[in-house]
Formats: sequence, C-alpha cells, structure tokens
Amino acid sequence: MQKQKRNKRKSMNVAIIKYNAGNIFSIDYALRRLGIEPVITADKELIRKADKVIFPGVGEAKNTMEYLQEHQLDRLITDLKQPVLGICLGMQLMCRHSEEGDVPCLGIFDVDVKRFQPVRHEDKVPHMGWNTIQCTDKLLFNGFEQEEFVYFVHSYYVPLNDFTAARTDYILPFSAALHKDNFYATQFHPEKSGKTGERILQNFLNIAY
Amino acid sequence: MLAKRIIPCLDIKNGQTVKGTNFINLREAGDPVELGQLYSGQGADELVYLDITASHEGRKTFTDLVKRIAACINIPFTVGGGIHELSDVERLLNAGADKVSVNSAAIRNPQLIDDIAQHFGSQVCVVAIDARQTEKGWKCYLNGGRVETEKDLFNWAHETNERGAGEILFTSMDHDGVKNGYANKALAILSDTLTIPVIASGGAGNKQHFKDAFTQGKADAALAASVFHFGEIPIPELKAYLHTEGINVRI
Repeated sequence: MQKQKRNKRKSMNVAIIKYNAGNIFSIDYALRRLGIEPVITADKELIRKADKVIFPGVGEAKNTMEYLQEHQLDRLITDLKQPVLGICLGMQLMCRHSEEGDVPCLGIFDVDVKRFQPVRHEDKVPHMGWNTIQCTDKLLFNGFEQEEFVYFVHSYYVPLNDFTAARTDYILPFSAALHKDNFYATQFHPEKSGKTGERILQNFLNIAY
Repeated sequence: MLAKRIIPCLDIKNGQTVKGTNFINLREAGDPVELGQLYSGQGADELVYLDITASHEGRKTFTDLVKRIAACINIPFTVGGGIHELSDVERLLNAGADKVSVNSAAIRNPQLIDDIAQHFGSQVCVVAIDARQTEKGWKCYLNGGRVETEKDLFNWAHETNERGAGEILFTSMDHDGVKNGYANKALAILSDTLTIPVIASGGAGNKQHFKDAFTQGKADAALAASVFHFGEIPIPELKAYLHTEGINVRI
C-alpha cells in the first residue's frame, strides 16, 4: 500500500514555472521532501502537460510581468486547466493589477494588489515573519485548525475579496490565500512554513484533476 | 498577529558548528544540517548560518553546505560571512539561502546594500552590525569585532535602513558570550528609530533575557547560539515560557 502510494506520487508530473525570479529552489526542495520530483521549466508543452503547476515568485512585479509577456508565459498560465499554485509574487501576478511598478497583471483574480501603508511605527514593511492565518478553503487547508502560523515576506498585499481562501491580519486584514476554479495561491511561503507548509503543499498535490 | 522570532545562530568553520565566547575561543558543537533540523523541529522560527572560514576553499565548502541545508530545512535561513560583492550574494541565494547577512563589506562599501536590495529585494538583505559602547558612544566594528571604526551604531543603522536593508542584526560585543542579557537600551533606540525589523544578538543566558529583548528592547527577533547548542535553554521550553509571559510566539 505504502509502496503503491509512493509510486503514484513519483509518477505525478509537477512543473515549476521557471522565470527570472529569485529562489525557486526552495519550492523544488520542499516538493522533493514530499517525495515528488518536479521539473523546473519554461517549456510550454511540459507546463501544459503537467498534472500540477507551481508558479513561484520572489522578485519585482513589473520586471517579472515583462519577462512573462516576452516569453508568452502570461497567456499560457491563464489558460492552464490543471491545479495551479501561485506563491507570493506568483499570487500577486495572478491578480488584475499591481501597485508595484503600476503594472497590469494576469487577471485571474479580479482584484488589485496594493502596497502596505504603515499606520503605526510598529507596522514595518515588508511584513516579514510568522503570522497566523484563518482559512475558509476546504481543499488547500484540509485538516486545518482555526489558526495556524505560516511564513510571510512581502511589501504588497491582496485585499480581502470574493476569492479569499485564507485571511491574515497585519496593518489591516488581507488575503493570505486565494482560490478560484483550478487556481490556488498563497501570499505566504508554504515551502518555508515548516510542517504547516508541508501540509498545505500536500493538500495541493492531493487536489484531484 | 506577527510573532516574535527565535533564531538559533550557527557559526560554521570548515563545515562544522562552532561558538565562541566574546568572539574568541571556539568550541565545536555539531553537524550544521543536523543541528538545523533539530532546531526547526523544536520550533525555531529561522536559522542563521555564519561562515567564519575565510579561505577560498572554505567558501566552496560553505556553499555546498548551504545547498544541503536548503534541501533539508523547511524554515527560512540566512547565511553570512565572507560576502564581499554581489556575486557572493548570488552564489548563496542560488545555493538556496533565503537571506544573506552582510557586515564588514557593507561598512567598507555601503553601496553593496543598495545593490543587493535592487537586484534581489530588500527582504534578502540583512545588515549585521557588531558594535560596542565606547567613550564616544556605540561604535561599529569590522572583521568579527577586531577592527574599530568611526561609524556610530545608530547613524549607520539608519543609513542601512535608507539604503534598502531588510533587517538589522545587531550584536552587542559587550554583551556577547557574557550571558547577562541583551543590550536592551540600544535595541529599543534602534527599534524606535528604524522602519525595518531588528534582531537582537549577544547576551542571552536565560529565558527572561529573551522576554526582556522583546519587551524592553522592542526587538522583532532574538538570536542566540550557545544556550541552544549546549541545551541550556531548550527552544520548546523557551517558547512556552514566552507564551505564558504574554509574548506572541509561534507554538
């Protein structure tokens, strides 16, 4: 039984979209720790054929959008039918527009990305560190308790909206995760969120396609 | 609510963990990857690995170690030591580090901070400052505390903030290794004047010292080494204590 499960996992094709972003290795390592051997690729066919697609991101919105457009990855991502997980900048780029570089984004989630405006001195930007999330999505956060800690690093945020799958509070309540159809996204880094993050990645891998 | 972070620091020489007292007298304390996994399993919020090997060969060993750490550790980690230019930062980020910490090189060439922030984002740029209280006030030191500079701690910290540093890791050399608590007054000034998180370093000897760094020192995170390496303060016990004392920590 155990062996079958492992074989099944190995045969799952997970594509991590390769682009001009920093640190996409950590998501690769995180999936390997779960027994998956993902491919990091910009090859459109490989991405289209994958069972699951991860759209990671550490970087700047405008440069990244330009890169995606130059390589025709923008249309590719919006047309994907399998479960897609955007992480951090990946999630922000899946929205309509970002204040970072004032750039139109992929428009999967009909909401605009804003920059944090500190209210008190303690409101440091970027929002960096472990914060709690309250989840409403039953797929990505299957088996979750009311509040769990995950790791965030970001200066821009997605306001609460119809697609909010988890929320957190820093300066103001905002979207910690989004979900619409086959598109999932987290503002935090599941690959850096210890055991909690591993469960989220496992839940994503378990989503039927 | 954003949690206060507990950060074990591992000094690495020739691929092994060491920890000194007042920056001299190194004692060995285990395999860096195993120790990192142990700490992350115990609830450490981040890890810092400082390469104190200076040689070119040692740097290669450290880069390989960073790859192993990235493959095994599921929490964020910062690496520092021997970072002189942007290519060093790129090499370590490509090896899987989440953040880099720059110290002497930033004092010698402050533009390095702007460059790191522009190329990789502020969030990867931790500026480490070693300082000591002198007759002329708090002064910054170079080369692991061996060379005094004219730079004032608070002015320098402010400048690094302006240049795009993502965090300040402030080590009080007067407190480091002495286990009498952190430099809370200086910490509070930093925390009150900077717009980026401040990590307290140097002086942890008991659990209350951590609490004081968060309450009196207003630090966002507290870093320690020997109290963790030698099991004097187990992290779960520390976090349980901080939690009962009303400090918001990740449990």
